[in-house]
Amino acid sequence: MVKFPEKTVADLNIGEKGIINTFKDPAMSLKLLEMGCLPGTEVTLDFIAPLGCPVGIRVAGYHLSLRKREAATIVLKPNQA
Amino acid sequence: MKEKKVIALLGNPNAGKSSLFNQLTGLRQKIGNFPGVTVDKKIGFCRLDAKTDIEILDLPGTYSIYPNSLDEQVVLEVLANPQHPEYPDVAVVVADASNLKRNMLLFEQVSDLGIPTILALNMLDVAEEMGISINSGKLSKILGVPVVELNARQGIGIDGLKYTILNQLESKKTHVNPPILDEKSEVIASEVRKKYNISNKYLAMQYAAQSPKMMFLGDDAQKDLQALVEKYNFNADAFQSAETIDRYHDISGTLTQVIHETGEQKETISEKIDKILLHRIWGYAIFLSILFLIFQSVFSLAEYPMDLIDGSVAGLNDWLKSVLPDSVLVSLLTDGLIAGVGGVVIFIPQIAFLFAFISILEESGYMARVVVLMDKLIRRFGMSGKSVVPLISSMACAVPAIMSARTIGSWKDRLITIMVTPLMSCSARLPIYTILIALVVPDTKVLGIFNLQGIALMGLYLLGFFSALVAGWIMKLILQSKERSYFIMELPTYKMPRWKQVGFMILEKVKTFVFEAGKVIVAISILLWVLASYGPGSEMEQAEKQVIAANPTQTQEELASKIASVRLESSYAGHFGKFIEPAIAPLGYDWKIGIALITSFAAREVFVGTVSTIYSIGADPEDESTIKERLRNEVNANTGQKTFSIATSFSLLIFYVFAMMCMSTIATVYRETKGWKWPLIQLGYMSVLAYVAALVVYQVLK
Ligand SMILES: Nc1nc2c(ncn2[C@@H]2O[C@H](COP(=O)(O)OP(=O)(O)OP(=O)(O)O)[C@@H](O)[C@H]2O)c(=O)[nH]1
Ligand SMILES: [Mg+2]
Repeated sequence: MVKFPEKTVADLNIGEKGIINTFKDPAMSLKLLEMGCLPGTEVTLDFIAPLGCPVGIRVAGYHLSLRKREAATIVLKPNQA
Repeated sequence: MKEKKVIALLGNPNAGKSSLFNQLTGLRQKIGNFPGVTVDKKIGFCRLDAKTDIEILDLPGTYSIYPNSLDEQVVLEVLANPQHPEYPDVAVVVADASNLKRNMLLFEQVSDLGIPTILALNMLDVAEEMGISINSGKLSKILGVPVVELNARQGIGIDGLKYTILNQLESKKTHVNPPILDEKSEVIASEVRKKYNISNKYLAMQYAAQSPKMMFLGDDAQKDLQALVEKYNFNADAFQSAETIDRYHDISGTLTQVIHETGEQKETISEKIDKILLHRIWGYAIFLSILFLIFQSVFSLAEYPMDLIDGSVAGLNDWLKSVLPDSVLVSLLTDGLIAGVGGVVIFIPQIAFLFAFISILEESGYMARVVVLMDKLIRRFGMSGKSVVPLISSMACAVPAIMSARTIGSWKDRLITIMVTPLMSCSARLPIYTILIALVVPDTKVLGIFNLQGIALMGLYLLGFFSALVAGWIMKLILQSKERSYFIMELPTYKMPRWKQVGFMILEKVKTFVFEAGKVIVAISILLWVLASYGPGSEMEQAEKQVIAANPTQTQEELASKIASVRLESSYAGHFGKFIEPAIAPLGYDWKIGIALITSFAAREVFVGTVSTIYSIGADPEDESTIKERLRNEVNANTGQKTFSIATSFSLLIFYVFAMMCMSTIATVYRETKGWKWPLIQLGYMSVLAYVAALVVYQVLK
């Protein structure tokens, strides 16, 4: 079976929304969870800093900035086709 | 028994704890619009009513009770240890109402520790702007603890809070809603409770989950708890993760009942500003222009008040000399004290401008954006975006800057930041830069608007910044740490700086600058005056006689300045200067500059004071010139050329960019790294760098 690469927050375009599904990195997920990035929460990509990193997301009603590498550990729910 | 009840202010970073602390205590704890301003605990006092005085504890902000950095650790150390002298009788959890959900996580954890809690809803004005309204009465009913509404910035609701604290002290209300434990955790919890005599189950779980971070437990207990964790194969991360998810689930359930959001999400002003300030191209252009503007105005705007002060000091000295009898004491007062202090006082306008800009940067919320803009760049140099806060604030002073590095979670990133921060030019270097630049860089305009001296000043600051990067890069290669660092930071909304706050901050900083520097300068000026006015045996008198004998045709009057100069040379201070002259001659410095160099080892700002004392001792009493003019006219006895030539001045400038001449910084690095190793390495590398760079500059420009 072909495995499709999962879409993560790092793959979003500016202004695009997604729903958090799981985390790839358990250690990082602790920090993300306490910041309110919970599975089932909607995230919007706000901005990408001039050098492509960090990125800014809107989550749980506020703005959070994180590195692209960290954003890539937040896996989104597949789009309902 | 504790003498006074302790009320702790807890909450997420940037929620307004320190603002509230200041309102309650009348103190002036530092406030800024970015997460991580407060990095240590601070105690103040507050009178609730005629018979109740309490202690207020301001704490660093934290998102949960699980710390990720040293500043957050402080909170755990206090809350997890009921024997702690500052263990709170009542906790006030200050919550940012515009973002209540995330703020409630810490509230739940604190109250589950069994501490009577008050929930303070702050930033309601911001929430209202976003169309969020909260039914605080209903929230209080659901939680079972008092909920108060506040505006810590404007001081609204403070009396209500005081009243609520009084009530909480009398009849303690708690809100307990601990996580449901599985069987294994239950066993662990009960074992910890028995062994350490803890009544609270959630606290017991913290002992199991976080013992390596609880220094107060001591080695034995920490080892014991570790063994317990291993025995039951307890997974602390899984526990924390499940706890967080559960709590957020509960919190959502509570908040949907009390929060009312009106209308659709529309773009806020902060979001609009970010579109520009964090723009792919404009982002950096704007940041650079802001820096440029700062240095231009530090130099050109401050010039007028500075000239005024410089002139008045010189005038005061001349007036004193003309009305007071010619005596040793008068000379100590005028040549020693006033000359030395005057050398510092004239820089007040510049320092004030610099502090104003830094304070606006911090208060507006732009600082957090600079952190974002710089993260990727600065990461290559062994630091993190968060290092930007220490680096920028050390343009004011390295001491608080080094302390603010506590918010950096990774040990390696933090150490490198501490090691390179003193390379950023602090306000104590500003006087040296200003005076030397004024001597060698023409006061002309470039492209019609930019002041060349301002550009030179910016160049020196940039030199400090880039050398900090290079030093960081080298340390990164040496340290080779595998530790993972991450960068996850909340972006605060933009806020209008409170001008009163900015004003106070400037006043305070200028006061510290004048008094702290003043103390050292007064002491050193007096010492220097003594050392420069007296010499071993009768050397000074003999030198004077020799001059008179060598120039029989000239009158005493005409020889006055020559005599003063040889007297200084054969004084104790002269001997010191002469002693180190061979070491500094290759850098282009004579023995007089040598004296200033030695004295400035205590603190850099002494340099200008010393120079001005030394040269005013040599000067004709009728001389009305200001410091600048005196330096310009000074002639090197060995070469017969101007002492402050282009080569020497630039060599001195470069020397002071790199040299680690500040006892307080060394002491701070010792405290923050807990040992002498790092401060000594730092002193060593910066001194070598300063010497070599100054040598190269002088030899090339000579
Ligand atoms: N609009 C608004 N701003 C506020 C209010 N209370 C505080 N502020 C601002 O929020 C920012 C943060 O305030 P601080 O008191 O430094 O916050 P803190 O919780 O001590 O922050 P850390 O020390 O970083 O944890 C400052 O710019 C304050 O002026 C409020 O009620 N309304
Ligand atoms: Mg604070």
